[in-house]
Amino acid sequence: MLKPLRWLLPHPALTLLMAAVWMLLQPEFSAGMAVFGLILGIVIPIGTARWWPDRPERISLGRALLYCLLVIWDIVVANVQVAWIVLTKPNAKMRPAWVVIPLDLREPEAISILAGTITLTPGTVSADLSNDGRSLLVHALDAPDPDAVRDDIKQRYERRLREIFL
Amino acid sequence: MIEIAATLAIAAFLFIGLAFTLVAAIGLLKLADPMTRLHAPTKAGTLGTGAFLMASMIHSFTFTTGALHEVLIMAFLFVTAPVSANFISRVNIHKRTCDTPPPPGNGATWSTLDVPEEDREYREQAG
Repeated sequence: MLKPLRWLLPHPALTLLMAAVWMLLQPEFSAGMAVFGLILGIVIPIGTARWWPDRPERISLGRALLYCLLVIWDIVVANVQVAWIVLTKPNAKMRPAWVVIPLDLREPEAISILAGTITLTPGTVSADLSNDGRSLLVHALDAPDPDAVRDDIKQRYERRLREIFL
Repeated sequence: MIEIAATLAIAAFLFIGLAFTLVAAIGLLKLADPMTRLHAPTKAGTLGTGAFLMASMIHSFTFTTGALHEVLIMAFLFVTAPVSANFISRVNIHKRTCDTPPPPGNGATWSTLDVPEEDREYREQAG
């Protein structure tokens, strides 16, 4: 009973997401388009299943939602901070720095989300990943104390991501 | 009454978007080297565009039937903006147009610098 269901829906969350995106793309809601979105949401995960063999199985949705809210808030704060730095601080006084973040996360999906979060938030851009996948290179716009930036990112984002990817 | 409030909210969001987009442009002109210049558009771009889309959503919900396309634009923008920023910084590292980053430790190197010799020749030709 469970096996054909698993074959038909290898990734139920992706199915729902595809259907939702399809319906948002339509100019107005109609039942036909909802059905077509569901069909797409079933066919595409089956067709692409072989390209995500080791995807994380269990994700804490509530924590993921809280994480999104935290990131959105941080983006707003970050924008104001960066705007302030750009407008008021002379270039000579700026302290750009490379920050190396040793990663405790192992899942590629989690590392991608962390890298994306770092780029979207306070004065930092994630620049590169080491070839063994254990460190992330981050460029900070104005960091008099690079170690503090590293600890902040590890505490604020990486710890929460580890709680999301169980 | 609601329409007046909505109009005010739209104006406020448009102004916020305008301010942050302007700061992004100023940053792009003002900052000194390629890596720091990268910071201005990636940050201010997201909130600037976000505020414009917010204004657009409020407008469509108060004055027409309402549409949620903006949510999709936001989602795609947030997924793609870090990727393009990441590629630009990789190009900077690869072409040595910024300080060479410190090594990650444990004998590893950054994957951008982990290239065979023939690719490095291409770098000098291009540079």
